[in-house]
Amino acid sequence: MGVAEILMLVLGAILVNNVIFQQFLGICPYLGVSKKLDTALGMGFAVTFVMTLAVAVTWPIYHLVLVPLDLGYLRTLAFILVIASLVQLVEIVLRKVAKGLFDALGIYLPLITTNCAILGVALLAIQNEYNYPVALLFAFGSAIGFILAIVIFAGIRERMELMEVPKAMEGVPIALVIAGIVAMAFQGFAGLGG
Amino acid sequence: MATSSVSAEFMKGIWKDNPVLRLLLGLCPVLAVTTSVENGLGMGAAATFVLLCSNIVVSLLRKIIPPRMRIPCFIVVIAAFVTIVDLVLQGFFFELSKSLGVFVPLIVVNCIILGRAEAFASKNGIFMSMIDALGMGIGFTFALVAVGTVREILGNGTWLGFPVPPFTAHPWIIMILPPGAFITLGLLIAGMNAITQRQEELRKSREREARLAKGGAA
Repeated sequence: MGVAEILMLVLGAILVNNVIFQQFLGICPYLGVSKKLDTALGMGFAVTFVMTLAVAVTWPIYHLVLVPLDLGYLRTLAFILVIASLVQLVEIVLRKVAKGLFDALGIYLPLITTNCAILGVALLAIQNEYNYPVALLFAFGSAIGFILAIVIFAGIRERMELMEVPKAMEGVPIALVIAGIVAMAFQGFAGLGG
Repeated sequence: MATSSVSAEFMKGIWKDNPVLRLLLGLCPVLAVTTSVENGLGMGAAATFVLLCSNIVVSLLRKIIPPRMRIPCFIVVIAAFVTIVDLVLQGFFFELSKSLGVFVPLIVVNCIILGRAEAFASKNGIFMSMIDALGMGIGFTFALVAVGTVREILGNGTWLGFPVPPFTAHPWIIMILPPGAFITLGLLIAGMNAITQRQEELRKSREREARLAKGGAA
C-alpha cells in the first residue's frame, strides 16, 4: 500500500467519514463532555488511546480465535467483554505506571466502556475487511476525527454560555442544532478522495 | 397490585420519562437510522425486544447475581439477546439489517437497555419489569418514528414509502443527510421541553389560584 493511499485512508477517517458527523458514533460523550475545552481534549485523548488499543486487541481476537473456531457470530459479545476489561486494565496500569497520564485521563476512562464509538469502530474494522495495519490506522484516524469534532464543538459551546437562548432550547437542543450546522460544514468534505 | 401503578409504569416510558426526548439516552441510533420511518420502526422493534428479554432475565436473576459483578452480568445477558436479534435480522430481514448496519450490534451499548436493567429490573419483579421494558421500548420507538417521520417527509417526500404530495416536488436532501438528523432531534427535544414547561407553569398558576381562593374564603 502506497503512502498516498494510507494518507487518503487516514484523511477519510478523520474528515469524510467523521465518527460524529457522518457515522453518529459516540454522541453521548460528545454532548456530555463538550462544555469546556480542556475536558473535551482530555476525553478526546482518552478515546484515541482506548480506540486504537481496542482495535489492536479485538482484530487479532476475531481473526485468530473466533474465525478459526467458526464462532464469528459471537463477536459482539466477545468484543464488549474485551473492551470492558481492557478499559479496567488500562486504568490499573496507568495508575501504577504513569501517574500523570492517569490524573489527566482517569476520570474519562470508566465512561469509555459504554462509548459506542469504541465498539462501533472495532466492528467496522472487521466489517470493512481491513488488514491489521490498515485497521490500526483506521482506528487512529477515527479517533483523531473524534478529537477534532469534540474540540471544535467545545469551542463553540464555551461561547454559547454567554448567549441568550429561548428557555426550551437551553442545553442539549441548542447543542444538537449547532452540531447539525457543524455537520453541514463537514458535508463539504464528502467526495474528497472518494 | 393496583392497575393505576401498572399503567403509570407503562406510560412513564412513553411520555414523562421518554428515554430519548426527556432522558436523552441512546441518541446514536436515533440520529443514525432515522432516514426513513421504516428503519426507525425496525430499530425500535429490535431494541424493544432486547429490552424486554433482558429485563425479564435480569429480573429473574436479580437475587442470584452478586452486586459487585452485576454490570458484567447484565452486559452478557444483553449481548446474548443482541446477537439473537442480529442473526434473526440477517436471516429474515436482510434489507433492513443492511440499512441498520453496525447499529444492530451496537444495541448492546445502548444506555437505555443497561440503564433499565440497573435502575429497574434488578430491583423489581418480572411483571413490573416487563411493563417497564414495554413502556420504555415503545417510548424509544415513538421517538425514532417521530424523527424518521420529519426526515422522510421533508427529505424524501414520502412517509413509510407513500408519497406525501406537497413535499414530493422539492425534497430537502439535507434532511436525509447527517445535519438533518441533528437539527430535527434538537428541535423535537426543544418542542418537548416547551410542552413540559408550559404544563408546569399551568400547574403552578392553578395551585396559586387554589391557594388564593382558599385564602379568600377564610
